[in-house]
Amino acid sequence: MDTFVSLGQGFLVALEPMKLLYALIGVFLGTLVGVLPGIGPALTLALLLPVTFKLDPTGSLIMFAGIYYGGMYGGSTTSILINTPGESASMITALEGNRMAKSGRGGPALATAAIGSFVAGTLATIGLAFFAPYLVALAIKFGPEDYFALMVLAFVTVSATFGDSPLRGLTSLFVGLALGLVGIDILSGQSRLTYGVPELLDGVEVTTLAVGLFAIGEALYVAGRRHVAPEEVEPVRGSLWMTREDWARSWKPWLRGTALGFPIGALPAGGAEIPTFLSYNIEKKLSTKPEEFGHGAIEGVAGPEAANNASAAGTLMPLLTLGLPTSATAAILLAGFQQYGLNPGPLLFAEKPDLVWGLIASLFVANVMLVVLNLPLVGLWVRLLAIPQPWLYAGILVFAAMGTMAANPSPVELMMLLIFGLLGLMMRRYDYPIAPMVVGLILGPMAEAQLRRALSISLGDPVALVQSPIAATLLAIALAALVAPYLMKGLDRFRATED
Amino acid sequence: MSLFHRAAMRGLLAAAVIVGAGSAFAQSDLKIMAPAAPGGGWDGTARAMQQALTGAGIAKSVQVTNVPGAGGIVGLAQLINQGKGDANQLMVNGFVMVGAILTNKAPVNLTQTTPIARLTEEALAIVVPTDSAIKDAKGLAAAIKADPAKVTWGGGSAGGVDHIAAALFTQEAGADPTKLNYIPFSGGGEALAAIIGGKVTAGVSGFSEFEGQIKAGKLRLIGVTSANRLANVDGPTIKEQGINLEITNWRSVVAPPGLTAEQTKALTDIVKKMNDSPQWKELLKQRGWDAAYLDGEAFGAFLKAENERVNKVLTSVGLVK
Repeated sequence: MDTFVSLGQGFLVALEPMKLLYALIGVFLGTLVGVLPGIGPALTLALLLPVTFKLDPTGSLIMFAGIYYGGMYGGSTTSILINTPGESASMITALEGNRMAKSGRGGPALATAAIGSFVAGTLATIGLAFFAPYLVALAIKFGPEDYFALMVLAFVTVSATFGDSPLRGLTSLFVGLALGLVGIDILSGQSRLTYGVPELLDGVEVTTLAVGLFAIGEALYVAGRRHVAPEEVEPVRGSLWMTREDWARSWKPWLRGTALGFPIGALPAGGAEIPTFLSYNIEKKLSTKPEEFGHGAIEGVAGPEAANNASAAGTLMPLLTLGLPTSATAAILLAGFQQYGLNPGPLLFAEKPDLVWGLIASLFVANVMLVVLNLPLVGLWVRLLAIPQPWLYAGILVFAAMGTMAANPSPVELMMLLIFGLLGLMMRRYDYPIAPMVVGLILGPMAEAQLRRALSISLGDPVALVQSPIAATLLAIALAALVAPYLMKGLDRFRATED
Repeated sequence: MSLFHRAAMRGLLAAAVIVGAGSAFAQSDLKIMAPAAPGGGWDGTARAMQQALTGAGIAKSVQVTNVPGAGGIVGLAQLINQGKGDANQLMVNGFVMVGAILTNKAPVNLTQTTPIARLTEEALAIVVPTDSAIKDAKGLAAAIKADPAKVTWGGGSAGGVDHIAAALFTQEAGADPTKLNYIPFSGGGEALAAIIGGKVTAGVSGFSEFEGQIKAGKLRLIGVTSANRLANVDGPTIKEQGINLEITNWRSVVAPPGLTAEQTKALTDIVKKMNDSPQWKELLKQRGWDAAYLDGEAFGAFLKAENERVNKVLTSVGLVK
């Protein structure tokens, strides 16, 4: 009951006209930032910190929350329309979303992403308001061995992104894993595969790889085939809005995506990417039309988009309740709190209820604003596709390069972007899937670090990897996911021969 | 770097210096590089300087740039190679950079810069989960002496100040630092979760990272690594418990190489003025940083001493070969 009262008071704070204005500025900036490839919410918040210093704490934190949520919304737009994920959590959205856009269904894809984000954001914020203390207690119990098991599960689900040929998919994945080895080894502090280039010491940036492979690769590919076999892109075919069937196929993925994204986002080392991989895999398995996957299945947009937005609310949980920043954006939010002499943590809820509940209430407000802001824009966004291709792709090249330079101003980074772009072109030309490579780069280093941490703590005893009940459960699910399809196939064949 | 060496370098760069000299005192537009991504400690220091310098009217405009990469080495290389002779450029750095340069065998190092001043320092804290059997530094030392490998430490990146503090503690406890079982975590949040969750025996990191959790009773403070007890903190130092460990995470500013004595003095004056300004003092209080101002020759000597100490520790734990 207390929660309801506190939340009500929070709404009184969040609905003050000035606070609404801050929230509006926040979601608008956030959407913009999410749309531009390479510029993430973390960089935006860092740039705004000194500007907002003069505002009152609640107002500026509400604005920051708006930027954070807005970034998660905006990332999907470019993913869907031009196959250019604005941030890595939107990569999976590009797989099906861009297919849909190319066959004239960009409108429904954007709509299911926006509404799914709204549903997920709202449900996850409710979760944040009511269950934060309990879920955080559980999240803390996750040790390195449990994270490793989660990574194994994520690896198993990667096969969903392979497309038609497992061999090509694995090749792509392993190149990604190899790229993941570049840089300073987190556990020993020694550099690997850097060839004396200091810029490589921090490893290959996920956004650089994703933007290179997706955006630059796509632009080069389209340019290369323009006079050979131009691809017909229809901006709109059929309804601009979601049909009854689209709704029917979307609502379950939204809920499942939320259920994955929120708890994994709450884990101190969970992140926003893993739940999108898991969601994509589950939707592919559960879909009534699995044959549509890879050709524009709406479930493949609805699920992962819900998952990445739910994880954003999840990330705020350890930050608010324990003062644990679990992502770059959360770290800057923490700096924002500290700028006002506030220390997020167990005492914040008791000491500054206005601020915390005002912030949580403003998350609901931001969500409503985002869906109101984004739905009417769908019609405008899909017109982007009507821009003549040479102009559109020239623009993409400029924004991709600018975004990368904004995040990391160095010629080496730009060279890497170009090389990855050429690689993306070749992979498209020879029909290799791109997503597994990015997945490899994201998961590889995380899985390695957690495995080695777990073994280091257990003094090299591998039994520790299955001793924890959480790890054992996750590994069992992974094993089942890996073996079940083959068992089913075997059973079917067995039955067939019996007949 | 010897004085002779420095003088020789100045001679070589005379031309560049003369070209740059015109702007030496037009310090209305200062540039401060944070050799790290937005959001980290160095970035925070650079932006706090920006706030104090403009707030106190010492500089008209201050531009903060981020050059992330490799514990600051990428930014350092840029300062040395591209910033040469630029009398309006400063770079924030600190203890962590010393270790990063050594472990990565970087082609550049801090002696190639013009040291300006040390600004702040932060004591580290060693903590254990509240339900741990270890109560104080003596207890932790005893556990380490029994078997250093079984005592797992959680903290920041390998070769950083946390790691070095853990190695020094192990050594002072009378155990072999090569057996140190230190588990580096990438973000502060992840390390904190592992310590509170009891996944590691002890945690070591900047005091401010643990402060909230210590107050909330989720972590037990074993001791702080400063020479004296911290103000407003009810907890002993490690040193007073008989373990000879004293280490702080300091932050400082340096300028590019190739500056004249006047240019160096002008920059030092600006930084000193900022350090004395009420705006800066207010910021220190807000962020919980301790003032540790040190400039001129004394700061140069301090840098050299820290470099030697870090080199020795990193060699003993096998990070520098």
